[in-house]
Amino acid sequence: MYADAETSWPLWEVFTQGTDGAPHQHAGSLHATSAEHALQNARDVYARRNEAVNLWVVPSAAITGSTPEDMGPFFDPAHDKAYRHPQFYKVPKGVKVF
Amino acid sequence: MTTQTPVADDAARLAAFEARIAADESIEPKDWMPERYRSQLIRMMSQHAHSEVVGMLPEGNWITRAPSLRRKMILLAKVQDEGGHGLYIYCGTETLGVDRQELVQQLLDGKAKYSSIFNYPTLSWADIGAIGWLVDGAAIVNQTMLAKASYGPYARAMVRICKEENFHKKQGYEFMVTLARGTPAQKAMAQESLNRWWWPSLMMFGPHDADSPNSDELKKWGVKRKSNDELRQRFVNLTIAQVKAIDLTVPDPDLRYDEASGDWITGPIDWDEFWRVVKGHGPCNSERLGARRKAHDEGRWVRDAAMAYAEKQQRNNRETTERQQ
Amino acid sequence: MASPALFPALLRLGDDRLVLGHRTSEWCGHAPILEEDIALANISLDLIGQANLLLQYAGEVEGAGRDQDALAFSRDAMEYRNALLCELPKGDFGVTIARHFFHGLFSVLQWQALSSSKDATVAGIAAKALKESKYHVRHAGEWVIRLGDGTEESHRRAQAAVDQLWPYTGELFMQPTDEAELVADGLVADVSALEGPWRAQVDDVLRRATLTVPETAWMQRGGRVGVHTEHLGHLLAEMQSVARAHPGAQW
Repeated sequence: MYADAETSWPLWEVFTQGTDGAPHQHAGSLHATSAEHALQNARDVYARRNEAVNLWVVPSAAITGSTPEDMGPFFDPAHDKAYRHPQFYKVPKGVKVF
Repeated sequence: MTTQTPVADDAARLAAFEARIAADESIEPKDWMPERYRSQLIRMMSQHAHSEVVGMLPEGNWITRAPSLRRKMILLAKVQDEGGHGLYIYCGTETLGVDRQELVQQLLDGKAKYSSIFNYPTLSWADIGAIGWLVDGAAIVNQTMLAKASYGPYARAMVRICKEENFHKKQGYEFMVTLARGTPAQKAMAQESLNRWWWPSLMMFGPHDADSPNSDELKKWGVKRKSNDELRQRFVNLTIAQVKAIDLTVPDPDLRYDEASGDWITGPIDWDEFWRVVKGHGPCNSERLGARRKAHDEGRWVRDAAMAYAEKQQRNNRETTERQQ
Repeated sequence: MASPALFPALLRLGDDRLVLGHRTSEWCGHAPILEEDIALANISLDLIGQANLLLQYAGEVEGAGRDQDALAFSRDAMEYRNALLCELPKGDFGVTIARHFFHGLFSVLQWQALSSSKDATVAGIAAKALKESKYHVRHAGEWVIRLGDGTEESHRRAQAAVDQLWPYTGELFMQPTDEAELVADGLVADVSALEGPWRAQVDDVLRRATLTVPETAWMQRGGRVGVHTEHLGHLLAEMQSVARAHPGAQW
């Protein structure tokens, strides 16, 4: 062995807002020791090319995700609810603005 | 407790997994995957990440000697990007349940591989152009394919990397064009560098398909989409035209154009050299690892300090909250 | 017609950033952790970018046909006008961070003052550089605190860095005599006026970092008039080696 094991800095997920008014999107992750530290690292790692006007950092451990097993019960029931979508409804021909 | 679907046996799971791969679905971290898929991905992704980080060293060697401020900034930004790309891929690998520190340790212990090209020395300023043009050119051919890899986090990291690397190859070629059209000494420097980097660049695609033990499996699982030889041929075809355009020559007396296939056919690659460098006997293997170990060792007190400070802060915050309650 | 004093004043501004940016670039590929490698490269790129603009303008003001590259790669050490602080070897990460903190804070104050320079080019460069330097200070300041108040070893190293660099901070605030007229005309800032606010912020951060300012009887000086440490000659020998081997070549 070359050196004794060392623990990593905690992992953070980075979300960037590309332009004013746009939603934040997941950009990637990084390691940092605190929220301010993560924010600075995110600025340096994920916003070098004008990718962001705003940043969020979230400890990876704080994220709860749905599992592949959830997929059926969570999302399939939405498949047959066509009435939630505007295309479901007909209006008389000639009525253009709605 | 949520109700779990009854656990299918492994064969059925594997069949379902392979059907998803065949349907070009993206595999995500929490999805079931064969252990072998996971371990092959960890191997391949961490090798890729190590290559980016070790790859900073040969080019970094010339940052302090770049002959113009513009070139200095370009080179620094490019080497910095490579660090970023290593970081993205390490993070992608961490989604498979390994810690970056563990992977870095494997590299430092000499147990992990990285691209052999970085075990060659950068001996002249022209090498910086040659690396951008040839090494990044070869890497882009490979990475464009990996952006369609079946593992979601890997593919997403590669999409970002490909976007960022757009400038790397282009600046490398522009660099070589400037030298090739510059003073006689500059042109000679460019040719000498091309002579040294040409064959190692071709070796970057790995052994011939027949001698590449992991290729079939990686292809079957949609991690790799094209074979080593296919990718190498694509690179050669692209590059020869660029070599001719700036009136340089590649060091290959057997190079010929094949009318039927439209391919440039190269002479034999020296696979003895390839395996020698892979096995640790390249000109710079020990120097590259030595430099990574030194940075890691000398950085440890810094990493420890940041962690210790953060823990101290958390403790203080907790105590303050408790007092207030 | 620009005052002949403007050229050396611009060299002082540009050379600080070029030499410090160069020193910082030595970290590339060797930093304590990848995230920090990328952060230091950003700082280095900002500084070299500032130097590029400042030396370009210096060349125009000089009017002798020298561009920023001619000024960067063809001047000898005696012709450089950076503060000695910028040319000291990069040292360990503690030295690098402490120097960025000291010089970055000085830069923020200097750019703030220069952003209202009567020279529009200087004011424009200062406004752009101010944003960069503010981030450098935020980055370095956080690290000074982490290192100072981190582990026993990091505290010891951070204090050693402060002790080593402190005697080189005074030069930043020594107003070069040949700039008196420029200051009076509102073209450049009087750096001696920046020391008070600089010291207040330094004291605040060092206190939070549990670090102390050393007693110093003498502040080193000389860079602003071309009398440097031994380190600058080596730095330039390396930096200028390719450029000087190919006089007149384009890159």
